[in-house]
Amino acid sequence: MDVMVLAGGLSHERDVSMRSGRRVQEELRDAGVKVSLHDVDSSLIPLLRGREDVVVWPMLHGASGEDGSLQGLLELLGVPYVGTRAREARVAWVKSVAKAIFARDGIATPEYVTLPQSLFREVGAEHVIDAIVDRMGLPVVVKPARGGSALGVSLVTERDQLSRALVHCFAYGDTALIEAAVTGTEVAVSILGTGDDAEALPAVEIQAEGAYDYDARYNPGRVEYFVPARLTPDDAATVARTALAVHRNLSLRDLSRVDIILDDQGIAQVIDVNVTPGLTETSLLPQSVEASGRSLTEVYRSIAAAAYDRE
Amino acid sequence: MSTSDTPGTRLDPWFDSYAARAHRMRASEIRALFSVASRPEVVSLAGGMPYIGGLPLEELGAMAQRLIVEQGEVALQYGSGQGDEGLREQITQVMALEGISAHPDDVVVTTGSQQALDLVSTIFLDPGDVVVAEAPSYVGALGVFRAHEADVVHVPMDADGLIPEALDRTLGELASAGRRVKFLYTVPNFHNPGGVTLTMERRPQVVEICQRHGVLILEDNPYGLLGFDSEPLPAMRSLSEDGVIYLGSFSKTFAPGYRVGWAVAPHAVREKLVLASEAAILSPSNASQLAIRAYLEHFDWQGQIKKFREQYRDRRDAMISALEEHIPEASWNVPDGGFYVWVKLPEGLDAKSMLPRAVTARVAYVAGTAFYADGQGRDYMRLSFCYPTPERIREGVRRLATVIDAEMETVRIFGTGGEPPSDSVDFPSPDLA
Repeated sequence: MDVMVLAGGLSHERDVSMRSGRRVQEELRDAGVKVSLHDVDSSLIPLLRGREDVVVWPMLHGASGEDGSLQGLLELLGVPYVGTRAREARVAWVKSVAKAIFARDGIATPEYVTLPQSLFREVGAEHVIDAIVDRMGLPVVVKPARGGSALGVSLVTERDQLSRALVHCFAYGDTALIEAAVTGTEVAVSILGTGDDAEALPAVEIQAEGAYDYDARYNPGRVEYFVPARLTPDDAATVARTALAVHRNLSLRDLSRVDIILDDQGIAQVIDVNVTPGLTETSLLPQSVEASGRSLTEVYRSIAAAAYDRE
Repeated sequence: MSTSDTPGTRLDPWFDSYAARAHRMRASEIRALFSVASRPEVVSLAGGMPYIGGLPLEELGAMAQRLIVEQGEVALQYGSGQGDEGLREQITQVMALEGISAHPDDVVVTTGSQQALDLVSTIFLDPGDVVVAEAPSYVGALGVFRAHEADVVHVPMDADGLIPEALDRTLGELASAGRRVKFLYTVPNFHNPGGVTLTMERRPQVVEICQRHGVLILEDNPYGLLGFDSEPLPAMRSLSEDGVIYLGSFSKTFAPGYRVGWAVAPHAVREKLVLASEAAILSPSNASQLAIRAYLEHFDWQGQIKKFREQYRDRRDAMISALEEHIPEASWNVPDGGFYVWVKLPEGLDAKSMLPRAVTARVAYVAGTAFYADGQGRDYMRLSFCYPTPERIREGVRRLATVIDAEMETVRIFGTGGEPPSDSVDFPSPDLA
């Protein structure tokens, strides 16, 4: 088995993707696996054609890596790969669609609205902003409807900040997701496996000084992580059960990360789901794996091997 | 409710051990975006990488081989802290082109002029001291001054460079406020990022004002020989031997990969620079210095500079004509040399906030805020024309025009732009063209 880790790409999250890709490569190499790291460019398909012994680990963040496009291409080429299939990746990628499924399945998620920039133009930004504040109150979180790594995300506590937050968000994409900000304990639950065999790893609790934004995520120091999260056994079971339900109901495969805020009423509110969770030095899934007492090297090797052996 | 006594982690066991200044060294969201600029699909007008493809690489390769075979025992050995004497002699000849008369003993060879900036800061700056610099100013210098915990106070420029009256006024005000101004940092020729050149008329005025206020001048001159149509102006160091520390570099006139620059300083200052350099790096690279020596000795280096000037002029022309064609609503200067055009965006736009949109459109630039220590510059961007071909430059500006149109639409809708200022690093790493 040769593992080809795909990282980089052309999305805004290229830098994070490269960091994740290098870490996966390093761990697999330590496991004695033959592994290479590639960008996604015109050399990719010629490299994959005719290879029987390769499994691809897509480590691309952002569009084309997480929206199912790359997975669709790999299916077209008949190459086995790690992670969620194309169709399911697309559903998880569009946050409003994923949230609709949560609502259908009784999984709590904060109240939200998705609005394209064109709508603000057509009906007048001030009117829309008034409607948002009247309906959802403040604070709200403004984020691109597609994307990750906290790029383009703002926490808005005053009405006057909303315009600026929307401009920031629309620089990353043409549709904004505006979500009621939930207060509580912020945790991330990583899931390994697929279907009935999927298991939730110990939750990581994130305690940030200020917002858990790009700066906090990728510059160690501003965030204190607690693994396992400082939760009661009941609450720990609630967040694990919720994350597993998300993973299974969206038919995610191999690995995912579900971001949850356990609110003041003890309800696990799902904030986001990631089919290609970050695996950098400061990422959450590796912390959970280590807290579960397993070695990252062995876990990554078995993820790759399972994907390779998959029919 | 907390039940377990899990200890927290910040994922950096040494977080509490850092010096206070290290906590300000943080990669930003903006810096991460530049990662995409290394992909060939992206036209990067962001970095300041010289056009190395214009050098005679085969001949340089043969030269490097000869150097190791014939002089390897010196080239691969430690060298003098002040730098190779033969190279220092040649540097005095290079500087003579800009009217500087200096003795080889006055020269300290450094690892790029960037190291010279660091050494000068090390020997002069205490936390809280003031450095006066043009507005805008070279981002790499601002980073060094910040690392030494100095405060930068900007003085405005116009089309003729630093404005002497404004400098005089600022130095007066700082003195009245009891601030200790250690030096004026200035890039007098083909300014980075402003593109302007300090006129001959103003040079003695700036020297006189600094002398009167007891302020040293740090003259940073990487681009002086890269004028497109004019002969080099005399350096300020040629007007004052005691009041000026002069920094030069082979990075733009030859190749930055060798990392060779230099400082020329008054005698006592030079002694301290050598000691500071030895403490930092023991000695500059002998292999690099000997390679530069051989290049200056055996190649037509002045002819090569002439070629570079012609190539860069073509690229500047491509950029200016593309700006005229595609972004007439912006304004810019037309530089007579160097690498950069400084563009003022239409009213209401914010270059930093617009950058993700530019990356989506496969074009990159540096937002103006990087060139100020105080949050100014949101409505400016620096475009470099040194590295991409004229065709790529035209394509990049065309893409930029679509980005500006889209951002103007957003700003029209929301009546505002931008995000709060941050003090994190918003500039690409040096190897990203």
